[in-house]
Amino acid sequence: MKANCWQGRNHVEVENVPDPRIMNARDAVVKITSTAICGSDLHLYDGFMPTMQHGDILGHEFMGEVVDIGPGVDNLKIGDRVVVPFPIACGNCNACERELFSLCENSNPNAGIAEKLLGHPTAGIFGYSHMTGGFAGGQAEYARVPFADVGPIKIENDLPDESVLFLSDIFPTGWMGAEMCDIQQGDVVAVWGAGPVGQFAIASAFLMGAERVIAIDRFDYRLRMARERNGAETLNYEHVDIPEALKELTGGRGPDSCIDCVGMEAHCAHTVPHLYDRAKQAARLETDRGHALREAIMSCRNGGTVSIVGVYGGTMDKFPVGSLMNRSIQIRTGQCHVQRYLKPLLQRIEDGDIDPSFVISHYMSLDDAPLGYETFKHKQDDCMKVVLKP
Amino acid sequence: MATDLAHRGPHAGRGIDWPPDQLQSGIDTDGSPASSLAGPLARGLGWFSLGLGLAELLAPRSVAKMIGVPPTTGTLAVTQLMGVRELVHGLGILSSDRPAPWVWTRVAGDALDLGLLSRNLDRAGANRTRVAGAMLAVAGTTLGDLYDSTQLPRTAPAAMNVPMRVATSITINRSADDLYRYWRDLENLPDVMTHLKSVEDLGAGISRWTVRAPLGSSGTWDAEIVEDAPGVVVAWESLPGSDIPNSGEVRFKPAPGDRGTELHVLLHYEAPAGPIGAAVLKLFGDDPVQQVKDDIRRFKQVMETGQVVRSDGAAHGMDARSQPKQRPARPHSN
Repeated sequence: MKANCWQGRNHVEVENVPDPRIMNARDAVVKITSTAICGSDLHLYDGFMPTMQHGDILGHEFMGEVVDIGPGVDNLKIGDRVVVPFPIACGNCNACERELFSLCENSNPNAGIAEKLLGHPTAGIFGYSHMTGGFAGGQAEYARVPFADVGPIKIENDLPDESVLFLSDIFPTGWMGAEMCDIQQGDVVAVWGAGPVGQFAIASAFLMGAERVIAIDRFDYRLRMARERNGAETLNYEHVDIPEALKELTGGRGPDSCIDCVGMEAHCAHTVPHLYDRAKQAARLETDRGHALREAIMSCRNGGTVSIVGVYGGTMDKFPVGSLMNRSIQIRTGQCHVQRYLKPLLQRIEDGDIDPSFVISHYMSLDDAPLGYETFKHKQDDCMKVVLKP
Repeated sequence: MATDLAHRGPHAGRGIDWPPDQLQSGIDTDGSPASSLAGPLARGLGWFSLGLGLAELLAPRSVAKMIGVPPTTGTLAVTQLMGVRELVHGLGILSSDRPAPWVWTRVAGDALDLGLLSRNLDRAGANRTRVAGAMLAVAGTTLGDLYDSTQLPRTAPAAMNVPMRVATSITINRSADDLYRYWRDLENLPDVMTHLKSVEDLGAGISRWTVRAPLGSSGTWDAEIVEDAPGVVVAWESLPGSDIPNSGEVRFKPAPGDRGTELHVLLHYEAPAGPIGAAVLKLFGDDPVQQVKDDIRRFKQVMETGQVVRSDGAAHGMDARSQPKQRPARPHSN
């Protein structure tokens, strides 16, 4: 089959590889009909995620048709149309029982590597380095899906792929980002990063009762979508001082909740702090550039909540812990526990509350994955979200 | 056999200030380096050299700007030269079994850096504040280099022929009785303990253990169950005269709040000198604790999910020894 493989920094190639097969009784094999490039794939593309290997198949947002199932899968049959959540979860361990699926205790065969880097291991993830299990990803014609009896959700309506594909990651991720803020009627929410996850966080915050949502980015087309499609107010951090602007917009209090949808490759409008983080990251003295998170903490109102769904990998400098502690700010965070949200969010889509396909800016064939990565990385052609068709 | 946390009752910890000798997870030998920080610090310094070296080599202008040196043709060339030097330090430290001499080369390099920087303090076009800041940073690094180079052992680590003791634990979402039943049938163990080829129950508490050894050979010993309490403990010891004297125990203890069962594993083994000893060391790898941890994670997987989870990168599932030589995460034809 054809698959999009990581071949080093800024280099992916569509290659011919063997077809996947059942390796465990609870596996299924899915013939992929739609697959997307995620902002977090860019951390791999940019070479900032440790434990990648040349030849790894990328991709963790995919859906398709079940073409093979192992003897331990009794809830799916060949021909079922499914969306596959990006974390792999067994459904049996203590974490899964508490619906903390991205912390599944059994799905990561390389738990030892993750434990060394993170203190305790986390779940397996498709196409996302060897620290998360060394699982082949879904930017391919086929993918093996472990614990297929727990993860995939059957799509039994006739909604097109693009309306349900993002249940795999970015819609639930944005939703969880807002949910962790415990939004009350009348709240003001600020969202750093108006990429696809940021857009879903904005839409979700409104669905949960936020009165105002303020989106922060530097790309006009992304801010335009936040304003025109999702009803947010917008701030361009290249033009205004964000903490000051947020104070002004909230009568000096600061937003009730701040959601970081940026993660480890944040940019900063000021050259010196940006170069400081770039240099330390390049020298591997910190893995994560923390400008967005620092700003979110400093901007949040006293006693408010900072919710982090942007991906971080390791350590960061200049973390404003004093502001956090003295101002009673709560931090909530996590890789999305996607399995928890599949059914309720599918219901929202079926009810017409939201159609997640609005983020798609580009359709390409799987063969053009390298072009898709370049276009997405450099934000060319107003790129918001690339969907690949195998 | 040493006391272990698991020997205590479910609530025996309340009000106790745990002394270090009763917190035993990990491994004990007497072959540790002078400072347990020195090795990781050396690696950190190695990576630092690589990162700085690359920055100096590839972006000398940005580096010059950062350290306040005017970017003339001369200073840029010197910066790149220093970059090459840093790369030599870094590669030397990271690729050597004995990083100490390479860390000393860093100390010499630091002195060179300080000398070069000081010449820029009163140079036209230099940013004195930044140059001084850079010198301060180098001086700080020098302290780290000096500390590390004095703490690192000067010779390669000696082959271990001392008694080894490995202890670790995991919590499993099943009852103590279920876990005990699986473990008590020793013939199950090769499914979860990757270094075992087979365990044969010879009856009367005696079993024959065969371990995988390099080049397709194997080692065998007979062991006897010395403690057996259903739902509480299984312990075994090799019979006298074994090539590889060893003993082990697993204890099962209800986790607080009815959240499954804690499994505490304690292994003792001696690796005698000679080829068999070398084979035993190879079995347990560079990191015996990691190996045993992965074994009990496999056990947890089997007990909780019914299978050892495999991936394309880790085709044999959880296995510390194969982790460094993972295959790419893509389907393989065999």
